[in-house]
Amino acid sequence: MSQVRALIVDDSSVMRKIVERSLRQAGLDLSSVIEAGNGADALGLLDTHPVDLILSDINMPVMDGLEFVRQIQTVEKLRGIPVVMITTEGSESNVVQALSLGAKGYIRKPFTPDQVKEHVLPVLGL
Amino acid sequence: MTTFSECSLPSAIFDRLTWTPLLELSAREVFDIMLGTNLRILGSPADAKDGEFTALVGLAGSLCGVLSIRCTNQAARIMAGKMLDMPPEEVDSDSWDALGEIANMIAGNFKGKLSGVGNHCMLSVPTIIVGTDYQSRSITGGNLIEVIFDFEQKPLWVTLELHE
Repeated sequence: MSQVRALIVDDSSVMRKIVERSLRQAGLDLSSVIEAGNGADALGLLDTHPVDLILSDINMPVMDGLEFVRQIQTVEKLRGIPVVMITTEGSESNVVQALSLGAKGYIRKPFTPDQVKEHVLPVLGL
Repeated sequence: MTTFSECSLPSAIFDRLTWTPLLELSAREVFDIMLGTNLRILGSPADAKDGEFTALVGLAGSLCGVLSIRCTNQAARIMAGKMLDMPPEEVDSDSWDALGEIANMIAGNFKGKLSGVGNHCMLSVPTIIVGTDYQSRSITGGNLIEVIFDFEQKPLWVTLELHE
């Protein structure tokens, strides 16, 4: 399995660590992991840090995950990066909205490492 | 866009008999999946002073109110330690963060179990209160569900207060 550069966006530092651990448990070989506490900070990081995968919460201060996904789709060099939402906002309308905005997957909190594997590997073509 | 001050959407009908077990189940699932811990209902009333950490999550839309969880500093450290797979004594401010995230997940899990409600209910980002010397005044009209669990032999309050 090739190395993956991941961006994890969540306003909870604990959850960012759990997501990273779950990615490793899923078998991903992470060459780098960068973190942001909201969508705006994440967009700033993406200017200078290319990544292969983004996992993002929805409910965050400053810029929420849905706006973050929307913004990504407006930037040509970012548009192709797969985004998987990981959030407590797991209602059907949020899922539909996130996918329509360009997200490639959706994981509801609480989640198991197996669920992360099930939803993340396919968007990477693994 | 709906704001948290608006509660104009069709409201869910408060149903303590049905919702209490759903709140219990929501909390149990979060602790089981994210902490690997089985919560038990506490058999006897707990002293409210045994809870200096409180996490609050606001709900707006078809459910309007607040979900809170309260526990001791030590219990919050154990929770964070279990989530991060590290000894509780090595946990620092992550215990606040972990408690807020647990409250967030319980609230999200609960609303997801109410058929037709989840699509019209938003959650706030969590707020953490540290200390016991405070009073809260609810404007929710008295619709309250409180479940007290035994977490690692320490009380854990999970409370849902809703507008009528």
